[in-house]
Amino acid sequence: MTDHLPDTGTSPGSTGTGSGTGPAEPRRPGLAGRPGARKKERIDRLAEAGTLSEEEGVSLWQSAWRRLRRDPVFLVGAVIIAAFVVLAVIAPWIAPHDPAARLLIDQRTTSNPIPGPQPGHPLGADDAGRDMLSRLMVGARQTLIVGVLATLGGLTGGLILGTLAGGIGGWMDGVVMRIVDVMLSIPSLLMAFSLAAMFARPSQWTVILAIAIIQIPIFARLLRGSMMAQRHSDHVLAAQALGVRAPAIVFRHMLPNSVGPVIVQGTLVLAVAIIDAAALSFLGLGNPDDTQPEWGQMLGRAQQYFNTHPEVAVYPALCIIVVALGFTLMGESLREALDPKSRR
Amino acid sequence: MLRFIVRRSLQALLALFVLSVLLFAWLRSLPGGVVSALLGERGTPENAAALRSALGLDDPLYVQYWRFLQRALRGDFGVSNGVFRGEPALDVFFQRLPATVELSIFAMILALTLAIPLGYVAARRRGGPLDTGSVVFSLVGVAVPVFFLAYVLKYVFAVQLGWLPPSGRQTVGINATHITNMYVLDGILTREWDAAWDAFKHLLLPALALASIPFAIIFRITRAAVIDVMEEDYVRTARAKGLTPRVIRVRHIMRNALIPVVTVVGLQIGALLAGAVLTEKVFAFQGIGQALAIGFERRDYPVLQVLIMMAALIYILVNLLVDIAYAVIDPRVRTK
Repeated sequence: MTDHLPDTGTSPGSTGTGSGTGPAEPRRPGLAGRPGARKKERIDRLAEAGTLSEEEGVSLWQSAWRRLRRDPVFLVGAVIIAAFVVLAVIAPWIAPHDPAARLLIDQRTTSNPIPGPQPGHPLGADDAGRDMLSRLMVGARQTLIVGVLATLGGLTGGLILGTLAGGIGGWMDGVVMRIVDVMLSIPSLLMAFSLAAMFARPSQWTVILAIAIIQIPIFARLLRGSMMAQRHSDHVLAAQALGVRAPAIVFRHMLPNSVGPVIVQGTLVLAVAIIDAAALSFLGLGNPDDTQPEWGQMLGRAQQYFNTHPEVAVYPALCIIVVALGFTLMGESLREALDPKSRR
Repeated sequence: MLRFIVRRSLQALLALFVLSVLLFAWLRSLPGGVVSALLGERGTPENAAALRSALGLDDPLYVQYWRFLQRALRGDFGVSNGVFRGEPALDVFFQRLPATVELSIFAMILALTLAIPLGYVAARRRGGPLDTGSVVFSLVGVAVPVFFLAYVLKYVFAVQLGWLPPSGRQTVGINATHITNMYVLDGILTREWDAAWDAFKHLLLPALALASIPFAIIFRITRAAVIDVMEEDYVRTARAKGLTPRVIRVRHIMRNALIPVVTVVGLQIGALLAGAVLTEKVFAFQGIGQALAIGFERRDYPVLQVLIMMAALIYILVNLLVDIAYAVIDPRVRTK
């Protein structure tokens, strides 16, 4: 896979090779002043450099991983996300109580609608007397599902549009990009609100759908840009010259090279999706069924108690902030690691 | 240059056309359709049947769309059936526009005056504690839901400390004359300083919350742009020529680094409009955002329709202007 010269590798995600050793000549301390030795030395070095790039040339992903392993920003993000995913998987088994059971409903009075912390319920309960800690733990799962499905939905839509535009090009590119431009000409969160308002009965699915749709134009532009950058690059020309069919070029030669920026964007979108789901709930456009808790929904519904019992909002908000920060940290450090410009 | 403006304007027109089609489709796909949306609670079967024939809902779609377009161009978007019951939907927009314009401009000024200098200093001291600190701050800023930040600000500065008013645009009953309906500006124009100060205090918290959206992005763009520009040959040349650091900073670094910031400011107007829905709701700030929030809650479709249309229109126009401004600053854009 040495089809890329380092200087054509400016398209994001292209698999450039060999820039690890590059043209920078290593200093040789033992270089004597003899005239013949200098020339010989240079030839040796050149040959050495050639073989080195064959053996030690690393792919973009390998070099990215080497840097990420030591990047504290990435590590913090990865630890947060790993903890979040593990919690989302095992929460129903380790949660102390049933998140839907109104255990402390008897303690709820008109003067104090929120039962406070007590033995067995370290964080107290919500306004329906349900254990807050259990709801937060189990809520991780639903939050993860909303984030992942919304991102996947946006990615799928963007993949279709972006591949049509960047892979086929020509008039198709014009049509698709006009659609994308119009979608981008409406403020995205406002569009999510409007889409969610279309449904008579909001549910978890309408929330996911609304957030997924507003991500489509971003993924589409990203993929199209990446494919456009590759259209005239050497590996595509080579494939064309070999008579590879157009769909195979698009799917096997262009698409895999666009994976990097898509993963970066996807990580960042996961954070946005979780925050946007909270905003939808805040406006009353979220899932009204709260037997399966979700952090955004918990935060959105806690608004009426904010001035008297801020903790009901603060707990889910902190969870959202930490997880969104985790995804953002991971996305940003991935972006930097995969950017050929920052490879040194 | 003229060709660029014409082409870009045609694009904006096309976007508006498609937008109107989408809005038309949106309105038709609403739960219960246009009839129940327009009638609200008055929707008896006889009323609905009468309205159906009156609206010509049995006509072909393109005829209906044409009629919708004509009415929209005349500014007739129906009458509010939610909290502004009986008011023409377009009037709701015009009454509330100045409040949101005032809030957004103030939030944008706050974001720009904080983010650009901070971005510059962070870039100059790349890797230092100030840089690391402000980068982390901007990342955390992105992760905090805007309405939660708004509630925290309100709780701390209004509810607990009592320094600033918790809601509204001006203290009720204060002696204030309103000309433009931007209350701070009105106070200054009429020299009613008490009223201006009072309106300013009401504006501060919502604007701070709203400013968090563009702040993080403008900071990061400025920082990245300054880092890029500082490595350019012309900056090194300017240094070698012995120009003063001030001249290099203003004329060579900032002038070039601010080009990407201009586009981002245009794009962030849209984020501000959406963010205004959330912050205005928290502070009961009577702008378009609060009207939208109420509209979403009560499904006041005539009001939603006009507000979304106008919000998108403003966004498209602002970005048209930004693109033209961009082409004036950077000639390379014109030929693209």
